Amino acid sequence: MEYSTLYNQIAMMKKSFFDQGFLDEQFYQIEDLQDDASPNFVEEVVTLFFRDSSRLITNIDQALGKLPQDFGRLDSLMHQLKGSASSIGAAKLKNECTVFRDFCHKENIEGCLRQFQKVKKEHASLRQKLENYFQLLRQVGPVEKANRSGK
Amino acid sequence: MHTSFYLTLLSSSFSTTVTSSSAPQESMENPLPTSRAEAFPAGLRVLIVDDDPTWLKILEKMLKKCSYEVTTCSLATEALDMLRGKRDRFDIVISDVNMPDMDGFKLLEQVGLEMDLPVIMMSIDGETSRVMKGVQHGACDYLLKPVRMKELRNIWQHVYRKRMHELKDIETHNIHEDTNILRNGSEDPDDRQYVAGTEMSSVRKRKDLESKEFVDHEFNDPSTVKKARVVWSVDLHQKFVNAVNQIGFDKVGPKKILDLMNVPGLTRENVASHLQKYRLYLIRLQRQNEGRACSGNLSSDFMNGENRGNNGFNSSTNIQSESELTTYTSTTENFQTQGIVPSVHISEPKKIEPVQIIGSKKVPSNDVLCASKINNAPHLSVLLSFNDKMTDIKACEPATPKHKPLLSGTPMMQFMQYPKQESCNILSEYSCLTYVDQNLDPSFHQYSSTLPAFISATCTSEKDVKDLFEMKPVLTDYRNGHFTAIPVQVKRGAVNAQDIGAGCKVAGSPSIQDCYLNDKYSQGYFPLTYEFSLNGETEADSLPEDVHLCSLQKIGSIENLGFSSAEIYQYGDSTPTTDVESNWYDSSELNGEYSYDPVEYPLIDEYLFA
Repeated sequence: MEYSTLYNQIAMMKKSFFDQGFLDEQFYQIEDLQDDASPNFVEEVVTLFFRDSSRLITNIDQALGKLPQDFGRLDSLMHQLKGSASSIGAAKLKNECTVFRDFCHKENIEGCLRQFQKVKKEHASLRQKLENYFQLLRQVGPVEKANRSGK
Repeated sequence: MHTSFYLTLLSSSFSTTVTSSSAPQESMENPLPTSRAEAFPAGLRVLIVDDDPTWLKILEKMLKKCSYEVTTCSLATEALDMLRGKRDRFDIVISDVNMPDMDGFKLLEQVGLEMDLPVIMMSIDGETSRVMKGVQHGACDYLLKPVRMKELRNIWQHVYRKRMHELKDIETHNIHEDTNILRNGSEDPDDRQYVAGTEMSSVRKRKDLESKEFVDHEFNDPSTVKKARVVWSVDLHQKFVNAVNQIGFDKVGPKKILDLMNVPGLTRENVASHLQKYRLYLIRLQRQNEGRACSGNLSSDFMNGENRGNNGFNSSTNIQSESELTTYTSTTENFQTQGIVPSVHISEPKKIEPVQIIGSKKVPSNDVLCASKINNAPHLSVLLSFNDKMTDIKACEPATPKHKPLLSGTPMMQFMQYPKQESCNILSEYSCLTYVDQNLDPSFHQYSSTLPAFISATCTSEKDVKDLFEMKPVLTDYRNGHFTAIPVQVKRGAVNAQDIGAGCKVAGSPSIQDCYLNDKYSQGYFPLTYEFSLNGETEADSLPEDVHLCSLQKIGSIENLGFSSAEIYQYGDSTPTTDVESNWYDSSELNGEYSYDPVEYPLIDEYLFA
């Protein structure tokens, strides 16, 4: 049946997110929070995250461009991004942030620049994945609460 | 620096809230007290502060799922406004540590001091030092992000616990309050009686009310029992500080403060909790100001006339406020403003070999201040104690090979630095030193801009030592005073109480040559000795500044020894000082009977040796 195919697709997609380490347990927690009072909670939160994190990334970009680099500020900004990433369970993104901060602490500017590219890449990649995911979800309609396969 | 405590004594609300179980003025925010009480912890009013919008949304949802009443806020300043705007609007505050407009710890402090609400800190950073810092600043819990539902579900326990304590305090101290109030009749009989009357009745009322509620509700209904929240306004706080200064830190107690403050409607319990917070606050402030975190493991015993026998002198001289130390160390260059002889960072705990102690054996836990034993030691040895890293200085026997030089008869100088206060009074300085609060009353700025006071005394003979002893009683008398100028006493040959009493005596102009750093101690203890030529009793504080400068310059030479102000007090925010403390305590005869409470500052003893 169409729905079951869709559900399967959704379930598989989500499973892959977890298997490949893009998302972690926290994402389930957010899904658990979704209820009748806030039926689109997960998508709202994710949207909010990407909006805010994009802003942060822009700030980091600017900070990296300013010379001499202020590692303290870079570290602080990345700390914020990391904290934000943890809110939706963006595990891989979180890790990339941590690596960046390590470079910051060592004041390794090349490392920072390289790592920042990775951060941006992961951020964009996750965004795309989740957009696809929610698109599928919308297709099955508000009836269905996200499947918790693999939990 | 800090802004003084807020001032607003809700005297009216004090008596009124006694009888009401919720804030009637803010009733629109609060559901009916009884219903809320019955449903406790449901309906718990939570204020959540986080600059991350995603987290704010998530946490809000989570808290709502716990049936709590949630208010969100993304700025610390906004949160404070909310809290101040309507008292008793919230039961608990949850705040992230990293906020853009204000340090989360600062917010934590403010809320704790002003509103006395339980505050939970949150962060993605779970490093022990951070958590410790949170606890030090008064957080009742520290949650790691990502936060789980079950953790949030349990936050009500902090509210409950606090209420329970309040109840207990109220009940156990009601009697004291009543007695206290009744006894405060002298100054203003009419007023007092009136106050006593109202106080009694309101206290009784509250007690009755709370007892009743205690009985009625299974939970003792802490959610509905509202302690009258005293808002510590600037005036009130000033009174508080004045009272504390007057009493003398080592003798301070909530009841005494309350008596002195003479504020109608204020309870001993209010004062007690405020005192506690104040102490912590001052310590932290001091640390920030001085750029160093002082270990606050000093118990107040230290200064509490722990003088054993002859310890008087030593103890008093030993007392050194933490602030002094900090300022001292942090401003090797900027002596002027800090005026504190930098403490030398002693990395390894070493015992200071016999230190001549003047008459007393008081050894502060932090600073090994060895009161020299008069004995036959013609000299005084003062140990320069260094905050945090002080090695223990033991009271030493008069004769030790190491200290042979000390026995040479060269006068030793005892160094004491005290933050400059208003009056040049050594004795008062002592009290100031021992009592952090005094140093750090709302006019903190004063402190940071004052020069340290030096007190030096040298004895070259037994008589001198005896004289020094005499200092003690004199000193204690002045405890409560304030001191301004830097008292410097430089004497060689004789010290007499009068001189000390006079406060500032600078004999001649100390010359740099006179100051020397003695780095002979292999133990790593850095003795700082000053030798001033004694010109007999001189008046006034002719050259306190100079003296300081002298010492400073000398201190500067400390750097030659490998110490730098940067090294000094390399104290992490949350680094516990317990390990350092162990270094201080030594089993010298002076023994560390001193334990400082966080408010106390370690003494800096200068170890003098000829």
